[in-house]
Order: sequence, then C-alpha cells, then structure tokens
Amino acid sequence: CSILRSHEYLSSALVSWWGGVQMGPPDPILGVTEAFKKDTNPKKMNLGVGAYRDDQGKPFVLSCVRKAEALIAAKQLDKEYLPIGGLGEFSKACAQLALGSDNEVLKTGRSITVQTISGTGSLRIGANFLSRFHGGPRDVYLPKPSWGNHTPIFRDAGMQLKAYRYYDPSTCGFDFKGALEDISKIPEQSVILLHACAHNPTGVDPKPEQWKEIAELVKNRNLLVFFDMAYQGFASGDIDRDAWAVRHFIEQGHNIVLSQSFAKNMGLYGERVGGFTVVCKDADEAKRVESQLKILIRPIYSNPPMNGARIATTILNTPELRALWLEEVHGMANRIIKMREQLVDGLKKEGSTHNWQHVIDQIGMFCFTGLKPEQVERLTKEFSVYMTKDGRISMAGVSSGNVAYLAHGIHAVTK
Amino acid sequence: AGPGSGAFTMSPQAPPVAVFKLTADFREDSHPQKVNLGVGAYRTDDCQPWVLPVVKKVEKLIVEDSSLNHEYLPILGLPEFRSAASKVALGDDSTAIKENRVGGVQALGGTGALRVGADFLRRWYNGTNNTATPVYVSAPTWENHNGVFADAGFKDIRPYHYWDAAKRGLDLDGLLDDLEKAPERSIFVLHACAHNPTGTDPTQEEWKKIAEIMKRRNLFVFFDSAYQGFASGSLDKDAWAIRFFVSEGFELFVAQSFSKNFGLYNERVGNLTVVAQDNENLTRILSQMEKIVRTTWSNPPSQGARIVSKTLNCPELFSEWKGNVKTMADRVLLMRDQLKTKLQDLGTPGTWDHITQQIGMFSFTGLNPKQVEYMIKEKHVYLMASGRINMCGLTTKNIDYVAQSIHEAVTKVQ
Repeated sequence: CSILRSHEYLSSALVSWWGGVQMGPPDPILGVTEAFKKDTNPKKMNLGVGAYRDDQGKPFVLSCVRKAEALIAAKQLDKEYLPIGGLGEFSKACAQLALGSDNEVLKTGRSITVQTISGTGSLRIGANFLSRFHGGPRDVYLPKPSWGNHTPIFRDAGMQLKAYRYYDPSTCGFDFKGALEDISKIPEQSVILLHACAHNPTGVDPKPEQWKEIAELVKNRNLLVFFDMAYQGFASGDIDRDAWAVRHFIEQGHNIVLSQSFAKNMGLYGERVGGFTVVCKDADEAKRVESQLKILIRPIYSNPPMNGARIATTILNTPELRALWLEEVHGMANRIIKMREQLVDGLKKEGSTHNWQHVIDQIGMFCFTGLKPEQVERLTKEFSVYMTKDGRISMAGVSSGNVAYLAHGIHAVTK
Repeated sequence: AGPGSGAFTMSPQAPPVAVFKLTADFREDSHPQKVNLGVGAYRTDDCQPWVLPVVKKVEKLIVEDSSLNHEYLPILGLPEFRSAASKVALGDDSTAIKENRVGGVQALGGTGALRVGADFLRRWYNGTNNTATPVYVSAPTWENHNGVFADAGFKDIRPYHYWDAAKRGLDLDGLLDDLEKAPERSIFVLHACAHNPTGTDPTQEEWKKIAEIMKRRNLFVFFDSAYQGFASGSLDKDAWAIRFFVSEGFELFVAQSFSKNFGLYNERVGNLTVVAQDNENLTRILSQMEKIVRTTWSNPPSQGARIVSKTLNCPELFSEWKGNVKTMADRVLLMRDQLKTKLQDLGTPGTWDHITQQIGMFSFTGLNPKQVEYMIKEKHVYLMASGRINMCGLTTKNIDYVAQSIHEAVTKVQ
C-alpha cells in the first residue's frame, strides 16, 4: 500500500549504507606529518617521513631533475598512454642501474622489469604476483623491524607475514646470530624480504661478509628472495656499492624479485617512479612472467604515469645529467653523514653518558635512536620533535640549524 | 640455477589485451591506406594525438614555477584537484557539496578510481568483506570493468541487459527487468555518458526509470564517468545523470577520468567522487580509502593533478579548457554525421541512424565478427571484434575509404 511505499522510501533515504564503516586509525608514518603541521611551536622538527631536506630544512629539487625537465619540455611530446608495463627505456635503465649494465641477467634477457608506482606500487605488484603464482608457502618473512607499510601491503595481497630477528636493541646494531638462527628455520620455498641497503627503519645494514653468509644460508634453505631497494645511492653515496648485495645474490644463483624506488635518490617523491624486476630461469620464462604482470597491473591502474619515468630516464641516459645526478646523490648522503656526526657531538656536549655510536654506524636516511615510546612521546610533547613511535628519526630532517636543539631534547628525555 | 629458479615455471603466457594487440598489429601493417579505429584516444583531422592548448599553457607555467617541488602529495591526493574534480561532476551549485558530504580520492586514471572504489566496496559494503555481493556490468561494457571488480575480490560479476543488437539501441526493457530482479544491494556500474563500447546512452526519461527502481530496490550506484564534456561538448549535459541521481538522494560513487577530456592519458589523472549521506559518514569512508590507497600506491602522482587543478580553478583557463573540449566533441560529431551520410549515399544495406544517435568516442557499428575480419584483413581498417569503432580514427581524408570498406564488408560478407 502507498503508505508502506513512502515509508520504505524514507527509510532508504535516511539510513546510510556506511554505518558499519569504522574510522581508520591515522597512518603511523604519514600521520606524524599531519600532527606536525598542526603544531604551532616555531622550533618544531619533522623527523617523521623519509623525505630529504637541505640544510635549510627545505625540500630539495635536484639540479639534474630541473635540467631533465627543461629538456623534456623542449621536446613537446604527446601524452599518449604508456604500455601497461611502462616506458620501455625507463624499465631498461632501471634494471641496469640495479644490476649493472654488464650483468649476465640483462645480457641473456632472463629478467623482466616493469615500471611501477614508486616503491609501494612495486611491492604491491610483487606481492600480488607472488600471491597468484608462487607455489611455495604463503609466508613472507620480514626483518624485525621493517618498514611499517610492508605488512599491510603483503597482507592485502593475500600473503601472510612472519619475521626473522634483525635489529639488536642491546647494541642498536645487527643481530647477525639471531638472523642466521631464524633464517635457518624458515620452511623451504618461503619468501624472505631483504632490505638491499639503508634498512628502514633501523639504518642497520649487514656487512659484505655477513651478506655472503646470509646468501649462502638462504640458498641452502631454498628461499625466494624479495629485495626492497628504496635507497640506492642514498646509503653510502655510491650506487654500485649500495647495490652490492643485490648483485651478489644474483651472482650466487638466486633468481630474485626486486622493488626499486626513485623517490629518494632522485627526489621524485610525488611523481611516483619505481620498478619491479623478476629474475627468471630464461628469456622464455621472463616473457611469460611479463604477460602475467600486465594482467595484474591493468585492473589496478591500466598503465603508469609518464612524467617521473621520463625524468628518470633522461637523467640515467644523458651522460652529463647522470654524472650530475651521481654528484648530487653523493652530496645528499654526505650531508646525512655529517648530521649524524653533529648529533653525536651535540649529545656529548649536552653531557649525555649514553653510548651514541650507533647513530654514526647506522646508514641511510634513518636512525633508530633506541628511544622508548614514552621518551618519544615526551620528545614530541615537550619539544615538538615529531618522529615515529619506534624511535626512528629521519636524519634528512636534521640541519646544522636545529641539530643542537635535537641533541638537547634527546638528552632531556634520556638522562 | 639456484633457489627460486623455475619458481614461475608454472605461470603460463597470458593472452594480450585485445585493444592493445589491435594497435600493435596496426603498427606492423605497411598498407598505405591503413586506418586504426581501435584504441580510445582522440586524434586530430591529421590523425595525430592532440595535446590540448590549455594543457601546454599550464605545463609551461608549472615548469617555470620554481616554487614548485616534487614532494609527496597527501595519500588522498592534491586537495585543490579533488574538490575541483568533484565540482565538475556535481555542478557549481551542488547542494551535496554545500552540505559537506562530498569527498574525492585522487586516483591513477579512471581505472584507479574504479579500483579504489571496488576495493572499498568489497571491504565495507553490504557487511564487511562480503565478496558475494553481486556486481552488475552492462552487456557489453569496457572489458576492464570485469577485471577491476574481480581482482578487488568480488566473486559474482554479472551482465545486465544493455545493447539490443537487433534494433541497434538500448534494451531498456531488459535493463529494467534486470534491475527488478537483482538481489537487493547489488552493485551496478553505470556509464554516466558516452557508453563504452556502444555509444548508446539512456535518455533522461529512461534514467529516471532506472533511478526509481534502483532506489526502491536498494541497489548501489557506481558511475563510471570517463567522457564528461567529450560526449555532447557540454560538461553539464554530460553530467546530467550523475546530478539527477545525487538530487534523488542516492549515496553513490563516481569514478572520474581526465584522460580523454584533458588529453592527459599518460599522466593518469582520475578522481573517485564519494557522495555520502552526511559529513560524518564521509569522514569514516575517506579514512578507510586512505588505508586502501596506502597499500596500493601510497599517494598519487603529482603532475597531472596539478595541470587539471590549475585549469579548473582558474576562470580563464577553465573557459579555455571548455573550448578545447568542445573542439574535440565537435570533430567527433562531424565525423559521425559524414559517415552516416556517406553510407546512405552508397546505399549500404541496413539503417545507419545509430551512427549519429550514438554519442562519444565510440560507435557500435553492428558489423559482425566475419565482417570485422574482412575489414582488417582485406581493407586494413582496424576495429574491435565487437564491431566497435573509434570515431576519432576517422578523418576527412580517410572517411571515404572507411565508408567504402564498410559497404564492401556488409555487401560481401554475411
């Protein structure tokens, strides 16, 4: 009857479909920046997200990027869709950067590299690919700790997460013995994720001799290696040195999968430039894998964005720009190293009796200070120093202008 | 060979995506009169890609602005872009926007917007993680709709009647019947305008009938809007259906693409507009959208969003853009008109009114697979097996050849 009909109309108009949607918690890493922005303290410091800052605390657009952009603008290119796997020249240059242009893998064509939406997009495509095609266990072993976003990425792709010991809080260094013990127990064919260099969040990297032992053990356990390389060039300042572990594993016969990001080392954060590589048995397998990667990519975003990939390719393939880039990456890495030294000096000056050697020993953008959650909370509340709860600070956010203030704050909460 | 070697031995070679294979075959063809009526991108009368003049202007402004950097955008994207994009869809005077219950998620093209919306619905619509909720897509539809919803986790993707091959128009009765029979709360993917691949849109009266049933039967409205402005030449006209549904009180999603109407195909500019009942619901929805985005691409690309945002938010540039869009739409309308006239003049069997009745980039010619094969193999005119042609592939220089080819295909091949 008509009264019932109008009531139905009313109820469907008044009741939302979304009543059951929970409020999502703020992202632990990006949420730090949101909180930082709201703070009115003039001395506030954002040591949260890993984005490089110059010594004035400003975002840094690399000269090689500006020059590349000018070259590209002059070409008046069209905006036609890229292929699903991205800009071909980019994928090639990306693989060469990671593996070395004389790598046997590239010469025999037994790998495939696709352009991805920076490091996150690469990890997700990789996770999706493993979820669909990896015949081994569903478990992905992450170092303890790892980048916060690794877990939800693999989980959303349908994988399960486990961990192997990595960081030793008593030394603020690498728990080599613990790592080997745990890795030796990982079931065969499981996936193990390794940070190629500049481990995030700890800044603790294995030494070459330790990498060799890990590679050997992983081979004996028959594990599938997933390398995450988000900081090539940024760790030591040398791109080949930073890619050493990746290349060593390949040399030792591991057919790895690899995620690369150009967010940090080229400062192309918002342009979303990355690559995903699968090293295969042979060229035929690589072709088949490529076709399946495309099938995965198409229902997510069809094909990747052009701008950043064009910039990266121009830099990598234009000799003067490539040389300039290497200099600038070296410069960024050096500034970070200098800030580490100044922070430790500052802490000594403040009278801290703790051992802060790990601040200098750790490498890359991040420093695992060793601060406990309560100390982090105090540092944020009392000094407006923003960082993640695990005690991680982004050294990139430290400058000669604020390093003393930071030392003061850290000393205050740890003395 | 070491560990992991042969790990992917079992992954078979996947079939290529049809539309891209067509273009690849076209490229390899050396026939002097070859014509590509395949992939959906605008072409000028010289058969060239067209970077919109307003886009060139804005890009120059961006490159010359040394205050701009390449920092991360927020997870949900560039705020000025999101609000301007939603405004373009819903209108300047949108009550829903004034009521603060409209939000946007910047996404990687229209595909990305669809995917984020689909992922959200799978997690949070009709219960939590309800992969059994039926998703209806038109028969036929853009082929990637199936992949998007399937990979988002939906197990039950079904066709709804849409194209009537016999009458070469909309199968309204079939469509309405499917709406009546669909389980309550089913998700329906509706093409806001310029239906892909048929070019056949419901009239306003037909949209009203669709809305009435959808409201009564509690069906979810998910608009795919990839051609706003491109279809009729008018942004407002092309958004009529979306705006009507919003005014009827629906909570809905609109996946917007700026690939075609801005010609920004490779910069991947899209926006998922969310219209919720109130701001409180919207806030919770967007917080969960962030979670989804964070594990998919973390944050969206900057360049394309900047171009669109600058254009939409500046009155002169906005005006110039509308002019550029009209230029594209008008050329398509001209080609439709000329193709129909030429086929009629040739006396090609059948009726060809559908060519001018259909709207947007595509036309469902009605050619059958054998006739399509003839077109490709004998005439080197490339079109999809479905008989879909991209009107943008037609030019004043090739239209006679194409009309003649269609004439031959229809008269020689049954």
